Amino acid sequence: MNPSERKAGTAGTEVAAAARAVLPVLVGVVPFALVFGAVAAKKGLSPLEVGLMSGMVFAGSAQFAAAQLWTAPAAVGALGLTALLINMRHVLMGMAIAPHLAAFPRPARPLALFVMADENWALAMRRGLAGRLTLAYYGTMGVIMWAVWVLTTTVGAVLGAFIEDPAAYGFDFAFVAVFMSLLRGFWKGRSSLVVWAAAALTAIIVSRLVEGPWYVVAGALAGMAAAWLVRIPEAPAP
Amino acid sequence: MSLDPVNLAAIVVMAAATYLTRITGYWLAGRIALTGPARAAVDAIPASVLVAVIAPQIAGGGAAGAAAAILTALAAWRGPMVLAVAVGIASAALFRNLLG
Repeated sequence: MNPSERKAGTAGTEVAAAARAVLPVLVGVVPFALVFGAVAAKKGLSPLEVGLMSGMVFAGSAQFAAAQLWTAPAAVGALGLTALLINMRHVLMGMAIAPHLAAFPRPARPLALFVMADENWALAMRRGLAGRLTLAYYGTMGVIMWAVWVLTTTVGAVLGAFIEDPAAYGFDFAFVAVFMSLLRGFWKGRSSLVVWAAAALTAIIVSRLVEGPWYVVAGALAGMAAAWLVRIPEAPAP
Repeated sequence: MSLDPVNLAAIVVMAAATYLTRITGYWLAGRIALTGPARAAVDAIPASVLVAVIAPQIAGGGAAGAAAAILTALAAWRGPMVLAVAVGIASAALFRNLLG
């Protein structure tokens, strides 16, 4: 325990930094979570079931889509397939974050992957890019995000009818703001412009042509393809 | 506080499917060595995912969405995230009332 004692202060600052970083994200998460809980309750899910789903699935967009599709009795296969498809972007996210998680103790990695969601993943990627991503930093974000998500979705299910559409008050733009702020950390000059434009245009077009959340995966793949092409001149000739 | 067995089954299946997507990328990354353009493509994932999530939302928001997006982008580029979130919420609410 001696080496970790020496680092106790460092872990404390990591925890504080993670809590500070995740706070603006919660401004967007809380209204979204309340609305999800309310929608799920209207579909006949009990607050207990909403809380269980949030704790076990822990994926906002997939849960939202599931709530829209929920029937009595629940269509188990269709709901599972929907969750699988909507969360396909996790595969790409997992590939990107893998080098950072590889530095965590082995038993912590399955749990670290369990709490990987869009916002804390992006915050973690930025942290890893600027230096080292510690388990204290990542774990703090994960625990806060998970606890807030479970709690506020359950509250939303209890309050149900009293919850209004967050878009009416601009709260949906909290996510846009968070993602734009995170993007600043990923700017690498003019080549980024090509990658971002490819991702944006593809996502916009696919979102209009294809039902469902495919536009995220399509946009991400287009960005990856653009990065591949832009970098080819820099790669050594075979 | 009721717990329907079919609902519980659906929740468990959703949880398993979602966890599968979370571990697959990590599992793949440990088995493929990435160099050159493939490395560049994987490095481009974070920004590409972020852009792909918000671009359709902004594009579908009309004049109010575009105006709010420009102000939010300026705040996000120059200031801390908290400021960007405040500007984002306030400008979206304002422009939707004025233009929407």
